[in-house]
Amino acid sequence: MWKILLVNWTEALAMRRLPLREWADYAVLFLRSNHRDLFRAISGVIETIVLSFGDFLSHIPVTLFIIILVLIAWRLAGRGMAIFTVVGMLLLVNLNLWDDTLMTLALVLTSTFISLIIGIPLGILASRWDLVEKILRPLLDFMQTMPIFVYLLPAVMLFSIGVVPAVLATVVFSMPPAIRLTNLGIRQVPAEMIEAATSFGSTSFQMLTKVQLPLALPSIMAGVNQCIMLALSMVVIAAMIGAEGLGSIVYRGVTRLQIGSGFEGGLAVVIIAIILDRVTQSLGRKSPQKDRG
Amino acid sequence: MPKIKIKNLYKIFGPYPQRSLKKLASGISKEKLLQETGNTVGVHNVSFSVEQAEIFVVMGLSGSGKSTLVRCINRIIEPTAGEIYIDDINITQLPMKELRFFRQKKLAMVFQHFALLPHRTILQNVAYGLEIQGMEKNAREEKARAVLETVGLKDWSAAYPEQLSGGMQQRVGLARALAVDPDILLMDEPFSALDPLIRREMQEELMELQERVRKTIIFITHDLDEALKLGDRIAIMKDGLIDQIGTPEEILTNPATEYVANFVTDVDRSKILKAENIMIRPTAHVSANDGPRVALRKMKKEALSSIFVIEGDRRLAGIVTVDRAVEAVKNRVIDLRQIVETDIPVTAPGTPIQDLLPVAATARVPIAVIDEKKRLLGIIVRVSVLAGLVGGGENNNVENLTGKLD
Repeated sequence: MWKILLVNWTEALAMRRLPLREWADYAVLFLRSNHRDLFRAISGVIETIVLSFGDFLSHIPVTLFIIILVLIAWRLAGRGMAIFTVVGMLLLVNLNLWDDTLMTLALVLTSTFISLIIGIPLGILASRWDLVEKILRPLLDFMQTMPIFVYLLPAVMLFSIGVVPAVLATVVFSMPPAIRLTNLGIRQVPAEMIEAATSFGSTSFQMLTKVQLPLALPSIMAGVNQCIMLALSMVVIAAMIGAEGLGSIVYRGVTRLQIGSGFEGGLAVVIIAIILDRVTQSLGRKSPQKDRG
Repeated sequence: MPKIKIKNLYKIFGPYPQRSLKKLASGISKEKLLQETGNTVGVHNVSFSVEQAEIFVVMGLSGSGKSTLVRCINRIIEPTAGEIYIDDINITQLPMKELRFFRQKKLAMVFQHFALLPHRTILQNVAYGLEIQGMEKNAREEKARAVLETVGLKDWSAAYPEQLSGGMQQRVGLARALAVDPDILLMDEPFSALDPLIRREMQEELMELQERVRKTIIFITHDLDEALKLGDRIAIMKDGLIDQIGTPEEILTNPATEYVANFVTDVDRSKILKAENIMIRPTAHVSANDGPRVALRKMKKEALSSIFVIEGDRRLAGIVTVDRAVEAVKNRVIDLRQIVETDIPVTAPGTPIQDLLPVAATARVPIAVIDEKKRLLGIIVRVSVLAGLVGGGENNNVENLTGKLD
């Protein structure tokens, strides 16, 4: 009897399968049938943000848009990057990808905006209380390593096809670095600076705003940069569930075997990625004093 | 009333410090405590008081608990037990809000690695404490500018800390502390990170500054020379305990424990010891009314080659050497005043023995230590100058050995 049990323990264990599958199914169904209004409200908010970003961007004349972007690139990332921006932008216009580029930017900006609004405060909380950090760490691992499709489908079920589940999936994927790097940046502020600020009688809010956040800024900006990059890397997947933009061009090109147009879309994403990366990177590296002095 | 009074202060690091406190009271050794509980003792039953406008130096090697001690005073580190009174207010009992007020107004700290905020200009750094208090921008910057001027950095107010040398940065640190006009300055090894030359310069500047501002200063250092130079009193700390508290001279001449004695053997004693520390009582002297014969007999009895001549009320008249005494006896000179040499080396009791070295090296006769009324207080023989440089407080032996040799 004991022998059998010892040999066949795997089978015996499998017979009492945990109903994880059923729980997950049930959870989605439950949320869908009982909290419709909540999801509709979230949906409305996200849609509004995306549309306003898109509206705003599309109301800027193309010429002005490019000039502003080039000036920013010049000031923050140098002449080389400015030239690259000019050429890249002209190429996007030439390939007739401008409108799609704006759609993609609106999606990326929205996701990044939401990620930062949630992520930076969470990072601050995690830096203050070890318990918060301990709880967040496995959650962040989960968010970053869980295959995207696993939560993409439930997101579609809850929010239906379109830009909203795309934004939410992007937020889940791109928020962790914002949290992690904010936490890290604050924790890396030298102890002597904290002691100095304490010894002069700073409140914890003064400590945060006058010492910790300014000193953590490079790290936080690295988090912003990562956040944007990850959001951009999600645009093709977002296109699969109905988000418009460069991603949908790539997706269509690949699924219809139009390799050429897929390549064009992909190239456009890369151009945007390089510009956004260099500009935000130099934002973080730049010592803030030069801007003020 | 002392400005700061610390009574039975303990700081124990690790889990369950209160439990360890009881064990410590029952006499357990620190090694055993660490083994049993994982707790380390940072500050172990420390008591002392600091007077208004005093520079109180806490000296010890790294790990002696001196930095922990100073951080307990403004409760950057929360003490485990004990009381700290500042102006008779027990600050260990203060609630957070009042403690913050105390830190803003009464205490300011200067740090080893300066701890300036790199994203702020020098002026903004100096104004930090005032900004925290809620002072209006123009007012605080005006005050900060004034303080920067006193430390000689007014032209640097728009610069950033990274543009300044270490010595300048620490001056900013000092200015930042002074800007809030605190009663008490806590200085945690403020000059340790500086080059030796800059360090000496800063020490002198601090002493000059202290003449003007008259703050109560607690100064932490691991450098005995620095402690002796700056301290009105010095506490020597080891393993969380204070081994000895005293003036620099007390510490040097009467080390309370072997640890302190080991510390002070290295010190350049010539800078610290004064003439009065090494002078000896003359073994013999003659009155000016005595004749050469008496002088000669006394010299012979004590085996001296010269003898000091004293007027009434111990006023020094000069010295008589054995040669001249013999000559005087031969020539039947009766009055000692005729043969007395008055051109002899004399010094005040407060002269550092460093300054006596050249004199002692060339003098044929002992150096006389006299006060303002020219009264003979003692004499210094060449050997005791040299012995003072090497030895501890065994002047008596030196006297017996050498007083007669010279």
